[in-house]
Amino acid sequence: MNSSTSPLASEVPLATARNRAAAFVAQAGYPKRGQEYWKFTDPSPLNSIREPVEGFNGPGGGMRQDASSRGERNRHKTSDQPTPQQGAPLSPLSLFSAIDRSIIDVSGKLTAIDPSRCQIENGSVCILRQADLPEHSWVSQTYGVLELEAQSPVPRTLASANTWLAETGICIWANGQNSRPIELRYRTSPGETDVLIHHVFRIDAGASLTVMETGTPASRINKVIEVEIDDGGEFNHVQVQGREHDRVSSGHIFARLGSESVFRSFTLTANGSMTRNECVVTLAGDRASAHVAGAAVGDRDFHHDDTVFVTHAGQDCESRQVFKKVLRNGAVGVFQGKILVKPGAQKTDGYQLSQGLLLDELCQFLAKPELEIYADDVVCSHGSTCGTVDTDALFYLRSRGITETHAQDILALAFLMQALDEIADPRISDALRELLANWLARHHQ
Amino acid sequence: MLRISNLHAALEDEMKPILNGLDLCVKDGEVHAIMGPNGSGKSTLSYVLSGREGYVVTGGQVELDGRDILEMEPEERAVAGLFLAFQYPVEIPGVGNMTFMRTALNALRKARGLPERSAAEFLRLVRSKAKQLHVSPDMLKRPVNYGFSGGEKKRNEILQMAILEPKMCILDETDSGLDIDAVRQVAAGVNSLRGPGRSILLITHYQRLLNYVEPDVVHILVDGRIVETGGPELALKVEDTGYNALQACEA
Repeated sequence: MNSSTSPLASEVPLATARNRAAAFVAQAGYPKRGQEYWKFTDPSPLNSIREPVEGFNGPGGGMRQDASSRGERNRHKTSDQPTPQQGAPLSPLSLFSAIDRSIIDVSGKLTAIDPSRCQIENGSVCILRQADLPEHSWVSQTYGVLELEAQSPVPRTLASANTWLAETGICIWANGQNSRPIELRYRTSPGETDVLIHHVFRIDAGASLTVMETGTPASRINKVIEVEIDDGGEFNHVQVQGREHDRVSSGHIFARLGSESVFRSFTLTANGSMTRNECVVTLAGDRASAHVAGAAVGDRDFHHDDTVFVTHAGQDCESRQVFKKVLRNGAVGVFQGKILVKPGAQKTDGYQLSQGLLLDELCQFLAKPELEIYADDVVCSHGSTCGTVDTDALFYLRSRGITETHAQDILALAFLMQALDEIADPRISDALRELLANWLARHHQ
Repeated sequence: MLRISNLHAALEDEMKPILNGLDLCVKDGEVHAIMGPNGSGKSTLSYVLSGREGYVVTGGQVELDGRDILEMEPEERAVAGLFLAFQYPVEIPGVGNMTFMRTALNALRKARGLPERSAAEFLRLVRSKAKQLHVSPDMLKRPVNYGFSGGEKKRNEILQMAILEPKMCILDETDSGLDIDAVRQVAAGVNSLRGPGRSILLITHYQRLLNYVEPDVVHILVDGRIVETGGPELALKVEDTGYNALQACEA
């Protein structure tokens, strides 16, 4: 499997990328409030990562110290636990129980994985800490590479810091079809309040992989996923971010698509005082397809930012962005989405939709949709709306005997369905719809 | 069944009076028709009765089975047995038609202290009613009214009526926008729901629907008041002479 690995990469697996990333962090600095790319979101809760005390000595160093000094953030007891009379909401444990899948438990202190629990039909799995071993040297060909490419035109220093310092991650090389999804199930280790996670997925030509992420690894999370999809490959991704109110999270997904490949990523977010999900997708080959979607529900102290950058470099590619947020009691939703069509990327079909449903006048939905097109034979559209519940539909439901709160929940769920429809596997979308319905039923004024 | 006494109502925003002392009494099992020209207050009456926001009742009473419904929320009126078949049924993308109807039926049953219908029981019920009313299985699977034709929307209203089994049905211009075949189908559905324990108030512009659903009583509404009441022959007379003649008499 490592026949294509260069000798240099196998000798110093990730050090090159880490050193480069460290230098980038030093040069670019962490994001600051007021920068254009952080127009609607204050990055300060995310970027107070401390530098290692005695310079960088490989994975380890700084973050452990940082974690122990931030013990005050470990306040998970305020998580959104349902009361018994509100039915039996799905716990993260049972969320995908109807789906035959492999489960890998991931915590910040992950040092090994049980091979029997993470079998993959066609390919191999290892943890980031094993990337030093010669048989896993393929990881270094992608680790930090897509992140680096995405540092222009806008620096994404939180992702560089992750490349520099991340200790934990799962690396999967799919070299054939994998019908059985892999679930990465996050666990919070005692005393762990800050965690950096960096996953690397490589999908070979004609191969496929589905990855689902559930649970919460820490109260503050910095996560990067890099996905390299070769010609005709297919990658499906679903992540569920819930249900802690105090969770602070910065996530980046970097994906590069070969010809005729497919990339689908869906994120459900429930609660979390600060979430920034960035997705940077490059359609490098021709006739590739990328779908990025998300549904977010927030109540009160909730700031949720989706920032997406889709680059069409190949011809005849399709991309869709569908983001929906239901906001209540002063919650804030942000969407920044861009479609860049490079010169020569003819026959591009780009679509972008972002919508906020505000359940009261205290909420905000802030959107910055952008199109930048340098080819002349393209179809690109974007739409962004923000509004309250449709009073005609609300009255229609109530006139049939459905209470106002229940009718509002039905309409909020219907609003979110368009994003859930982007999920390829109906078993997954059904499970997430139930999770959202339960969340809505628990969060009335 | 339904007793409306000296009802006055106005548009909330403009405080523009629309209903000006309307009196009406519909007995158990009866079918009444209200006809009237544009702007006479027909749709306002249906909205005021069903509790839609945007209207303010400035006087009078409405009782359903002896209970004052004007202070009730729209859903409480439904629980009390009132049903409005909308002139323009609302499209709700993202909500399955079957899910909606089962949710509504169980909401009503729960509020009335009855056990909820299981998915299997409901499926049997909806299939048999849908067949009777020429509602295709496809319409049941689609989102509520979404992309339905005019005729499909109105048939879907009648299907809800059949499933929810209200005591007092108000049909607001159910014939509007339908071709003659669709009117016949809808009328057949309404006729199948006639009977003791259920009264129907048909609100319509034209006499056409009344050829297929024969009313017991016909009322003419002008300027927010009933100006004439009679049997089915009154509808034919209006069709012949127009509303202006009645307005002239009233003046």
